[in-house]
Amino acid sequence: MDDRRLESIIGELLRAGVLLSAAVVTAGGVLYLVRHHADQVNYRTFVAGGPGIQTLPGIVQSAAHLNSAGLIQLGLLLLIATPVARVAVAAVGFALERDRLYAVVSLIVLLILAASLIHAT
Amino acid sequence: MTAFEFTIVVWALSALAGFLGALTGLGGGVVVVPALTLALGVDMKYAIGASLVSVIATSSGAAAAYVKEGFSNIRIGMFLEIATTLGAVVGALLAGRIGTHALAIVFGLMLLQAAYQSIKAMSDLGPRVESDTLAKRLRLGSTYPVDGQREEYGVRNVPAGFGMMFGAGGLSGLLGIGSGAVKVLAMDRIMRIPFKVSTTTSNFMIGVTAAASAGVYLSRGYIDPRVAMPVMLGVLAGALLGSKVLVQARVRTLRLVFGVVILALAIEMIVNGIMGRI
Repeated sequence: MDDRRLESIIGELLRAGVLLSAAVVTAGGVLYLVRHHADQVNYRTFVAGGPGIQTLPGIVQSAAHLNSAGLIQLGLLLLIATPVARVAVAAVGFALERDRLYAVVSLIVLLILAASLIHAT
Repeated sequence: MTAFEFTIVVWALSALAGFLGALTGLGGGVVVVPALTLALGVDMKYAIGASLVSVIATSSGAAAAYVKEGFSNIRIGMFLEIATTLGAVVGALLAGRIGTHALAIVFGLMLLQAAYQSIKAMSDLGPRVESDTLAKRLRLGSTYPVDGQREEYGVRNVPAGFGMMFGAGGLSGLLGIGSGAVKVLAMDRIMRIPFKVSTTTSNFMIGVTAAASAGVYLSRGYIDPRVAMPVMLGVLAGALLGSKVLVQARVRTLRLVFGVVILALAIEMIVNGIMGRI
């Protein structure tokens, strides 16, 4: 394992994550338009959307029921998870390179990300 | 407006924003948020939530291409991400505290700075410097390709750069943007990292920074699937197209035009914020 190799693994991982997420979001979007294309929409005042799109268990549950909003939100969760996975892979990569300093730096970033995501959900 | 019309209009606007954002290097968020709020009357909270996810998509999508060129420096990126993620969490928490009008004004001020940076196109500072003691200890210096060969570069002023990165993260979390422009300023101007290394490493960092505030946004409901879906898919498509034509485009003229557009948006955001119309 060297830096160049680690960088290209990370680059490919990011691209795969984005493609997967875009595919899920598109599927949810098509479903949404098929079912709701004629609905009147208005986003002038903010109203929180409820647990089905705001919490991790809620999103997974509504996506499993093929709820279009839940499916889109699942795709967006995959997108958010992509850079987090990147940091985790980098931590392992640095550890394999026996670069203790940067393995620790990566773990600190991972910890901040995890704390923020767990605190929020 | 019907859901179908809204989706199509937002997708098209976002694709344009992503396209221009990729060509000028400023990212799609700076155009998407004003476009949604000013043109379509969408609440700021929905707009910044949708923008934040689009920022993660473009940053991650472009990273693979940048890595191949061999400019980005993952050690610098990872180290500075400690600052940007902490800043992003603070910014995202603040976004819920301050009112929409104030948020619009801060957004406008950020746009003013982006307009200035776009019009007064930055170039490499050169000549290269030696790393100072702290940068040496952190092994931040590396090599980058110049005319087919790899040349060494050093890094300086790590604490000041780290501090500014905290600010960049804060702006990102507060406004749902990538704040790539501020990240580049910190690396290129303050830390004396080569311009091309700064821009590609900044792109690399944007996704991680945005992910740090995404959890807060999600739990507050700022990320609404019906708004975020067309924004994310539009910006991503526009950005991919933009990075393909980047090579042939006359970037200088484009930056000038883009700068003037952003300037107009900045003024409109600030005025609307002050009048309480946003």
